[in-house]
Amino acid sequence: MLIRRAPDIRPSAITDEETYLNRRKFLQLAGFAAAGTMAGSLGAAEPRGKPFPKVAKSPFSSDEAPNSYEDATTYNNFYEFGTGKGDPYRYSQNFETRPWQVTVGGECARPGEYSYEDLVGPHTLEERVYRLRCVEAWSMVIPWVGFPLADLVKRLEPNSRAKYIRFKTLYDPAQMPGQRRAVLDWPYVEGLTIAEATHPLTLMTVGLYGRELPNQNGAPLRLVVPWKYGFKSIKSIVSIEFTEQRPRSSWELAAPSEYGFYANVNPEVDHPRWSQARERRIGGGLFAEKQPTLMFNGYAEQVAHLYDGLDLRRNF
Amino acid sequence: MRHPGVVQLRAIKAVVFALCLLPFAVMVMSAFRIAGFDLGANPVESLIHETGLWGLRLLLVTLAVTPARRLTGWNWLVRLRRMLGLFAFFYVLCHFLSYAVIDQRLALGPIVEDIVERPFITIGVLALLLLLPLAVTSTNKMMRRLGKRWQSLHRLVYPIAILGVWHFWWQVKEDIREPLIYATVLALLLGLRLWFRSKKARPARTGLVRADRPAHG
Repeated sequence: MLIRRAPDIRPSAITDEETYLNRRKFLQLAGFAAAGTMAGSLGAAEPRGKPFPKVAKSPFSSDEAPNSYEDATTYNNFYEFGTGKGDPYRYSQNFETRPWQVTVGGECARPGEYSYEDLVGPHTLEERVYRLRCVEAWSMVIPWVGFPLADLVKRLEPNSRAKYIRFKTLYDPAQMPGQRRAVLDWPYVEGLTIAEATHPLTLMTVGLYGRELPNQNGAPLRLVVPWKYGFKSIKSIVSIEFTEQRPRSSWELAAPSEYGFYANVNPEVDHPRWSQARERRIGGGLFAEKQPTLMFNGYAEQVAHLYDGLDLRRNF
Repeated sequence: MRHPGVVQLRAIKAVVFALCLLPFAVMVMSAFRIAGFDLGANPVESLIHETGLWGLRLLLVTLAVTPARRLTGWNWLVRLRRMLGLFAFFYVLCHFLSYAVIDQRLALGPIVEDIVERPFITIGVLALLLLLPLAVTSTNKMMRRLGKRWQSLHRLVYPIAILGVWHFWWQVKEDIREPLIYATVLALLLGLRLWFRSKKARPARTGLVRADRPAHG
């Protein structure tokens, strides 16, 4: 498969950790992070994850300025820890992510129980700065750390019957308070076609901003599929299953008229309750203008061919 | 506090006024990051959400005046009702303006599209439009001019409150706990009215009959 280089890449323009942490320091010095806040700012969010020693830069990175570490780690959708945007940060701090086991099964030659170390160890980590577009019409730019899911899929040796991959998030209501209520049909399930899963942009992700994933961002192992709405990028993965039948994802089951299996970012197909034509980039403040949403979140050149002949209005 | 004096009532009104204004003051301080207040990572969303919630809350508080009067016999509570209702209108208007001016930047196309194509926005706008005549006719002069029709007109507050809660309910994603609380309170307030009415049909206790007299203020 020929993958052209993303047109908007300028690795030199990527903000280094020093810079985005300095913004926080500035705010603290200015006294902004001090007192109680009204609607969501959660104050201190110091990076706690272990830094990865060597992470290669990737030509797939966007040259847009990443969001602040604080925005990316305190404004999250991770319903396992609650439905409020601040809940994941608030309620995930004691979440235990070691030891971590992932069950691999279904139509492949290497099923079994893999530890996090077995699963991630053999791969070379790289940093990818991707746009993240939430189905709720907001977006961020996040420097993820991970490796192509394609490399893992290759290792697991799917057979010819494997047409899809079904992923599951950990189900552990004792640690994940959001799972104590049936907001969704737990555990969270997501799926990709094999072609989507093995696309070079699809990232098996273990970190952000050069460090191990914070719990609220889906530690220790999550998917990042940058041309799809954020909910496709399943977090805290414990199961990878190769299937012949198309899996049904949690949001698809919860509200089939609102969330489809593909969930490709598409400014032309609106959510029934809001427009998807524009998005609000987080970090712009109160008076920033919304920006136009791009087809496939700006990754059309790389992924559009995956959907040739597919009616994207019906297969939203 | 059955019969507060003129001075007492004035003091009560001043306190209620200040309390109603407090959320707005906090929002303004948060918007400009004063004294450590902050609207979080998505300030536009927070502002729309907070103004809407306060509009709904004050609408419910306004609707609680009559049942509270009936239950306590404190008829003077009705003298707070206009202020509460106008504050509800104020926050609902702020809610709409945060959406139209700050979020959509007065882009007419997208606003019209939202109102026409998204039912939860349609009913929200409908509720706001229905609130307008109530706000306009809230003066003593208008009350006198409209006479009996004033009360019929102001019964619109019931459908408005239902539309408001419905608008909130329809807007959330799966987790309906919060709108459920508002719906329950509204059902309780409307249910109490039905109950009062059924009591009125039968011979009622004297205290309740007296409280039932329309008391404009």
